Amino acid sequence: MAQFKLPANSTISEGKTFRAEGAKRIKRFRLYRWDPESGQNPRLDTYEIDLDKCGPMVLDALIKIKNEVDSTVTFRRSCREGICGSCAMNIDGTNTLACLKPIDDVSGDVKVYPLPHMPVVKDLVPDLSVPYAQYASIEPWLKSETVPPPDKERTQSVEERAKIDGLWECILCFCCSTSCPSYWWNGDRYLGPAVLLQAYRWLADSRDEHKGERLDNLEDPFRLYRCHTIMNCTKTCPKGLNPAKAIGEIKKMIVARA
Amino acid sequence: MVQSYKIVDHTYDVVVVGAGGAGLRATLGMTAAGLKTACVTKVFPTRSHTVAAQGGIGAALANMGDDNWRYHMYDTVKGSDWLGDQDAIEYLCRNAIPAVYELEHFGVPFSRTEDGKIYQRPFGGHTQRYGEAMAKRACAAADRTGHAILHTLYQQCLKHKAEFFVEYFALDLIMDADGTCRGVMALNLEDGVIHRFRAHMVVLATGGYGRAYFSCTSAHTCTGDGSAMVLRAGLPLQDMEFVQFHPTGIYGSGCLITEGARGEGGYLTNSAGERFMERYAPSAKDLASRDVVSRAMTVEINEGRGVGPAGDHIMLHLEHLDPATLHERLPGISETAKIFAGVEVTKEPIPVLPTVHYNMGGIPTNYMAEVIRPSEANPDAVVPGLMAIGEAACVSVHGANRLGTNSLIDLVVFGRAAAHRAAEVVKPGAPHKPLPANAGDNALARLDRIRNAKGGSTTASLRDKLQRTMQAHAAVFRNTKLLSEGVEKVNALAKGLDDLGITDRSLIWNSDLIEALELDNLIGQAQATMVSGDARQESRGAHAHDDFPDRDDVTWMKHSVAWVDEKSNVSLTYRPVHMYTLTEEAEVFPPKARVY
Ligand SMILES: Cc1cc2nc3c(=O)[nH]c(=O)nc-3n(C[C@H](O)[C@H](O)[C@H](O)COP(=O)(O)OP(=O)(O)OC[C@H]3O[C@@H](n4cnc5c(N)ncnc54)[C@H](O)[C@@H]3O)c2cc1C
Ligand code: SF4
Ligand code: SF4
Ligand code: FES
Repeated sequence: MAQFKLPANSTISEGKTFRAEGAKRIKRFRLYRWDPESGQNPRLDTYEIDLDKCGPMVLDALIKIKNEVDSTVTFRRSCREGICGSCAMNIDGTNTLACLKPIDDVSGDVKVYPLPHMPVVKDLVPDLSVPYAQYASIEPWLKSETVPPPDKERTQSVEERAKIDGLWECILCFCCSTSCPSYWWNGDRYLGPAVLLQAYRWLADSRDEHKGERLDNLEDPFRLYRCHTIMNCTKTCPKGLNPAKAIGEIKKMIVARA
Repeated sequence: MVQSYKIVDHTYDVVVVGAGGAGLRATLGMTAAGLKTACVTKVFPTRSHTVAAQGGIGAALANMGDDNWRYHMYDTVKGSDWLGDQDAIEYLCRNAIPAVYELEHFGVPFSRTEDGKIYQRPFGGHTQRYGEAMAKRACAAADRTGHAILHTLYQQCLKHKAEFFVEYFALDLIMDADGTCRGVMALNLEDGVIHRFRAHMVVLATGGYGRAYFSCTSAHTCTGDGSAMVLRAGLPLQDMEFVQFHPTGIYGSGCLITEGARGEGGYLTNSAGERFMERYAPSAKDLASRDVVSRAMTVEINEGRGVGPAGDHIMLHLEHLDPATLHERLPGISETAKIFAGVEVTKEPIPVLPTVHYNMGGIPTNYMAEVIRPSEANPDAVVPGLMAIGEAACVSVHGANRLGTNSLIDLVVFGRAAAHRAAEVVKPGAPHKPLPANAGDNALARLDRIRNAKGGSTTASLRDKLQRTMQAHAAVFRNTKLLSEGVEKVNALAKGLDDLGITDRSLIWNSDLIEALELDNLIGQAQATMVSGDARQESRGAHAHDDFPDRDDVTWMKHSVAWVDEKSNVSLTYRPVHMYTLTEEAEVFPPKARVY
C-alpha cells in the first residue's frame, strides 16, 4: 500500500525567538533544532545577535548563542580554522564550514541546517557513519609489494608528488557528498564525491602499486557511475578541492585500461 | 545516591584514550602486536587537534645538509633550558629518524626535494654542529604536516582493523586500592550510555589544555581531560608552569602561522619597521627559540614599539618571498591569513601576537611511556597499568620550552614506544582480576552531579573567568604579585564550581554537559599551573619571572610535581632532572648559558 503520510520529522515548525535587546547591528540566525528525546518535530528557533559583540564567522555566532543565550544548541566544532572538518553544516543554502563562513557573506537571515539527507542525531549534528564506512571500504592506505628501503624513505619526484596535490588535503567534512543529488538518492550504494576523491588520491600516488585492484573495486554501476557530473560537489567544497574532476580522472583510467 | 545509569562492560588488553597522532600511533602498534586494543575518542580521529599542525616533524635525516641526531639532541636539551630529561631526549632524537621513515612508508605525502627525498626546512632553535649554523630538519608536507600524518595514521589503523569508540567521552580512570590502573569509564555521546572498559593497560593520549587560556592556537577540544583524570586518581602532573607562547598567532583570532613561515625566510618587525630580533638573538634572529622570540615581541610592545592603533601587535613579513614558494610551501597559512586577518601574504605583512600554543607540562612518564608516581624513596616509581603519551605527557623531552617540530616527533616516537612496552608487559588475552566492587562509582557520581548542576553560573561564564585569569596572571612575563594573586583567583574559581548550572539535561549528544565536564577538567590543571609557577623563583624557558630574571641551576634544576586533592588543594613536590643518557653513544650536555 502506498503511504500518504510524510516521513517522521519532515515537517519543521516555528520555534522560539530570542531577542537581542538594545543592539544596533542585529542579525537573525534561524537554527534547525531537533531534540530526539522530546518526541517532537523539528523546529526553527530564531536568535538575534548583536554583530558588534560577535566574531566574524558563523561559528562565532553559534558559540555566542550557546554561551550566552541557549546552551542546549548542539553542533560539532573543534579547530575553528577549517582544518578538522567538524563544523560542516548547511548555511544559507550551501554546505560549508561554519568556522570559515563569514556572517557578512549572508544577506538577510542566516539559516543554519544540518548537512542535508543525513540522519540527524540532534540539532546540527548529523550521523556520518555511512560515509565513514564507505571511506574505509575503498581501503584508503598505501598498498605496495615493493619493500621500501628499511632505513630510508622511498623516493618520489617533485612532479610525481604534485599529482596528489588537491587530493590529500581533503578534510572529510562531507560537504560535497551531502550536496550531491546522486548521493542523496543512492547514498547507500553510490560512494559519493568525498570518498571517490580519496579513491583517486591513491590511484594518483606513484608509490601505490594496486591500481588495477582499486579500479576493479570502483568499476560498478553504483559505486562510481552514479556521478552525472552535476558539479555541486566542486562548487561547495570549502577547501577548494575538485572532486568532480577526480571522478572524471577515475573514469578515464577505467576507459584507458579497457 | 546516584541515579542508575545504563552501563555496558568491555574487556580489552589495552585501551587507548585519544586518537590524535600519539593515540593513533599507539593504537596501531598495539593492534599490530596482537593486543586486543580499543581506542576511545571524543572526536572522530581525523578531527583531533594534531590535524592542525603545520610546519613539520623534526628528524635529523640530513636530506638537505649536514645533520646528526646528536645535534638534534643538543638543540633539544638547550631548547628545554636544561629541564629536559637527557635519557628521554636521546631516545627521542635517535628514534626520530626511523620514525619519520616509517611514516613515509605508511604513505605520508611529504613534500619532496629535487632528488625525491623528504623535504626539510629550517625551524627555530634547530642547528648544525651544536649551534654553528641553522639546520634544515623539519620534515614537511607543505604547511599541513599534521593533517598528512594524522590522516595517514588513521588509514593505517583502518588497515589493521583497529577498534574505535568514536565520540565517547572518557570520564575517569578505574584505580585499584593498590594503585594499579584497571580501566576507564566513558560516556557514549550518541545515546548517553556509560561504558566501563576493563584493561591491563590504559594509555592516555588526550592532548594539551590550551583552552585554559583566553587566546590560544589550540582547538576548542584541547581541555587536557586525561591529565585531569590523572589528578582525580590521586596522581600528579609535572612542570605545569611551562606554557609555550607561540610568537605568531594571528592578532585577534589566535589562529597559528607556522614558524615554518620564518623558516622559509619570513621576519618580524616593530612599529618602526625594525627587524628587532637582530638585537635579541644576533645569530639565530627570527629563528631563535620560541620563548626567546615571544619575550622579545612582548618587550617591544611593552616599550611602545608595537604596531597598530593600540600598539599591541607585531608584523610578520612574507611578501618578499617568491610567490611560487608561498604557493608550494605555505599554501595553508596563505589561506588562513586571508580568511582570518584579511591579508594577502604576497602583498602585505600579517599582524601577529604571542599566543598560547603548547603545554610542556603534563603527566610524568619515563621514556617507555609508563606513568610515574614519584615518591621520596623512588622519584621514578611506575604506576602499573597506566601510560601517557603525546602532549598530555611530560616525558620530559621538552623541559621548560619545546622546539618547533618536536611535538609531532614526540607523538610518533613515544606512541611507538608505548606499543613496544605494552607488548612486553601485557600478554594478549591474559585473564583479568575482577574489578573492585565500586569500580567507576566516582565517575558516575561526578557525572551525575554535573549533569544535574543547578547553580547560578553558566559553564561559559566560569570558563571565561578562568581563561582571563590565566591570560592575565600566567602569561609570557610573570612576577611574584601576578602569580600569587593568580593562585588566589584560580583557587577561588575551583571552589566557585559549586555554583555551576547547566540547562541541557538530556542524554543524547549533550554538549552542554560535555563542556561543563571539560571546564571542571581545566580548572585542576590551571591550579597546578599557577601554583607551580608561583613557587618557581627563577626564570627558565617559558617561565620568565621578572623578580627572578636568572636561571638558578643550584636550586631549581628540578621538575615541579603538582598534586591536587579532592578538596581542590594543591601541593608541590620535586623530582630530579635526568642528567644522564641512555647509552654510551650520547654524551650528557651540562648546563650553560642559553644564547641564540
Ligand atoms: C595550530 C598548531 C600547529 C602546530 N604545529 C606543529 C608542528 O608543525 N610541529 C609540531 O611538532 N607540533 C606542532 N603543534 C603541536 C602538536 O600539533 C600537538 O602538540 C600535538 O598534535 C598533540 O597531539 P596529541 O596526539 O597529544 O593530542 P591531540 O591531537 O590533541 O589529540 C587528543 C585526542 O584525545 C582525545 N580526547 C581528549 N579528551 C578526551 C576524552 N575526555 N575522552 C575521549 N577522548 C578524548 C581527542 O578526541 C583526540 O583524539 C601544533 C599545534 C597547534 C595548535
Ligand atoms: S559531479 Fe558527480 S559527485 Fe559531484 S555533485 Fe555531481 S554527481 Fe555528485
Ligand atoms: S572534497 Fe572538499 S567538501 Fe568533500 S569532504 Fe573533502 S574537503 Fe570536504
Ligand atoms: S571547527 Fe574545524 S573545520 Fe570548523
